[in-house]
Amino acid sequence: MTSPLEQKIRITGPSIVTANRTFDGAVIYRNASQGWSTDLSEAAIVRTVAEARALLAESVADDIGAVGAYIAPVDINDGGNVKPGNLRELIRQRGVTIELPLSA
Amino acid sequence: MYAYDELDRTLLNERVEEFRDQVKRRLSGELTEDEFKMLRLQNGVYLQLHAYMFRVAIPYGTLSSRQLRRLAHVARRYDRGYGHFTTRQNIQFNWIKLAELPDALAALAEVGIHSMQTSGNNTRNVTSDQWAGVAPGEIEDPRIWSELLRQYTTLHPEFSFLPRKFKFAITASAHDRAAIKVHDIGLRLHKNAQGETGFEVLVGGGLGRTPFIAKTIKPFVHGRDLLSYVEAILRVYNQYGRRDNIYKARIKILVHELGVEKFAAEVEEEWRAMGDSALTLDDAVIEEVRSRFSYPIYEKLPHMPEELKKAAHDPVFERWRRNSVFTHKVQGYAIVTLSLKPVGGPPGDATADQMDAIADLADKYSFGEIRVGHEQNLALPHVAKRDLPALFKALDRIGVATPNVNLISDIIACPGLDYCSLANARSIPIAQELTRRFANPETAELIGRLHINISGCINACGHHHVGHIGILGVEKNGEEFYQITIGGRADENAELGVLIGPAVPFGEVADVVEDIVEAYLALRERPDELFVDTVKRLGVEPFRERVYATR
Repeated sequence: MTSPLEQKIRITGPSIVTANRTFDGAVIYRNASQGWSTDLSEAAIVRTVAEARALLAESVADDIGAVGAYIAPVDINDGGNVKPGNLRELIRQRGVTIELPLSA
Repeated sequence: MYAYDELDRTLLNERVEEFRDQVKRRLSGELTEDEFKMLRLQNGVYLQLHAYMFRVAIPYGTLSSRQLRRLAHVARRYDRGYGHFTTRQNIQFNWIKLAELPDALAALAEVGIHSMQTSGNNTRNVTSDQWAGVAPGEIEDPRIWSELLRQYTTLHPEFSFLPRKFKFAITASAHDRAAIKVHDIGLRLHKNAQGETGFEVLVGGGLGRTPFIAKTIKPFVHGRDLLSYVEAILRVYNQYGRRDNIYKARIKILVHELGVEKFAAEVEEEWRAMGDSALTLDDAVIEEVRSRFSYPIYEKLPHMPEELKKAAHDPVFERWRRNSVFTHKVQGYAIVTLSLKPVGGPPGDATADQMDAIADLADKYSFGEIRVGHEQNLALPHVAKRDLPALFKALDRIGVATPNVNLISDIIACPGLDYCSLANARSIPIAQELTRRFANPETAELIGRLHINISGCINACGHHHVGHIGILGVEKNGEEFYQITIGGRADENAELGVLIGPAVPFGEVADVVEDIVEAYLALRERPDELFVDTVKRLGVEPFRERVYATR
């Protein structure tokens, strides 16, 4: 499989790097302190291909902490709030769109 | 039930310890994800949108009450209190932590269940008719042959690194409940002119991006030759199957590109060259496996017990009985399907509490046995008819007595974009909306048998190609759209559905299905002409006109 670092990077707007946490699979976002956060608002925002490539490279290097890092689009509103840029990322951030079956 | 022996138990325990070590090394960084990925996949562990997903095999769909209770325990202790039954007689847990997986595996191994080969490019869980051993008119119990295949293919070194995944399904009944024609190898047990039992062998079925109905490559293979013939097929596939392109790697592509005659000739040549080998099954081996299946000691019971006559006055019970209770091969007994398709619920999901309750009911009413069907429902295979009224009340209390089996709200659906990292669109909310639209049991009964299948992407885990109405989620400019096909079927007359027109947005899917159903009700020749037969008779055009006239 092609390494994410060898894949062509396209950036059409503000973007972040996201992955799943190795020990439990939780959704995580790369922050500006070379760490991870489960909170999208703490994600490092990149706007150019060079920035994205650098953020992805340091994310992929953390093979113990995270799995499958990739670049994802975000929307930033006038107030500076960061929101997922597509439905897939919205579901990853907010969870399933259905009620989970619950035992009584 | 099949009784596992010390060899099986040792194998499972060793596998658990091996995986425990692999997980430990992954978490410590000794193994990279690239190194670990194949190892976890070989143990049924995927990484989905929100978490790891853990897929557990239920070989040929047979579970004991003890095993079901253990699945409930895993759901409760290691997941979020529920599991999802799939279209291939597996159960999936959606929220499991990698660090806890070895303990979950160990808990399952104690009751003889596992996740080996539920993923990866190897031979997968061998599936069969969920009514195996109890269906009237069955040639013989197909699980004996399923078990032989399971033992033969488990950790088979030559078939652990195939070009792509490989799936078997077996049926022994005239009516195919195992969807054998959409499997890599489909096996139909039947008798030849001499009265000997053997298999019609079909190869190259499959759905996904390039769907094909399987083709018969040999009309009769004697039971003793089953393993050698299957090995010959797999050798040909292993030799010629493409490894350069994942989309062309399944055996269906090889059969299609070589042509079925050429493929069959290659297999025949390979098989002949093998001659009599260690793979030729002698009667003692077959009998040994047969003897490990235990069957209930049935009572001699009346066809129509008093309890059933009395309950027939209750219309709610009677509707359920008409819909969910099926003829058993033994007089006085019945097969009962438990619908995991409640109105507004995710298809195929069961909570830990439901699983425990069903296990208790299986002990009380079905000799401790439960079956899992590819339609994502469960069944109790040995229920005395006198117990049906009491069983109905108990099933109704736990929400698994919706009288919609084989009806429009008995929807098969993949997890879709709510869970799956491959999906383009959601499946479950579409299914939920459709079950609400067709919640009225009288309407559903009036419509009659109608299977809706929903997949959230072209990989077709919801088998949309063979749904009477198939719904495929696609993504267009960031929005969810759905293509609709009609006329597909997965039974002995399997066919692929035909696209009726352009994809429709998320919010219009239920309206489109309603239009299709209304057209069918107006077009059918008689009340018992099934939807799929009306489509066969008239083609898709009248339905297309109805759906797109106002869109």
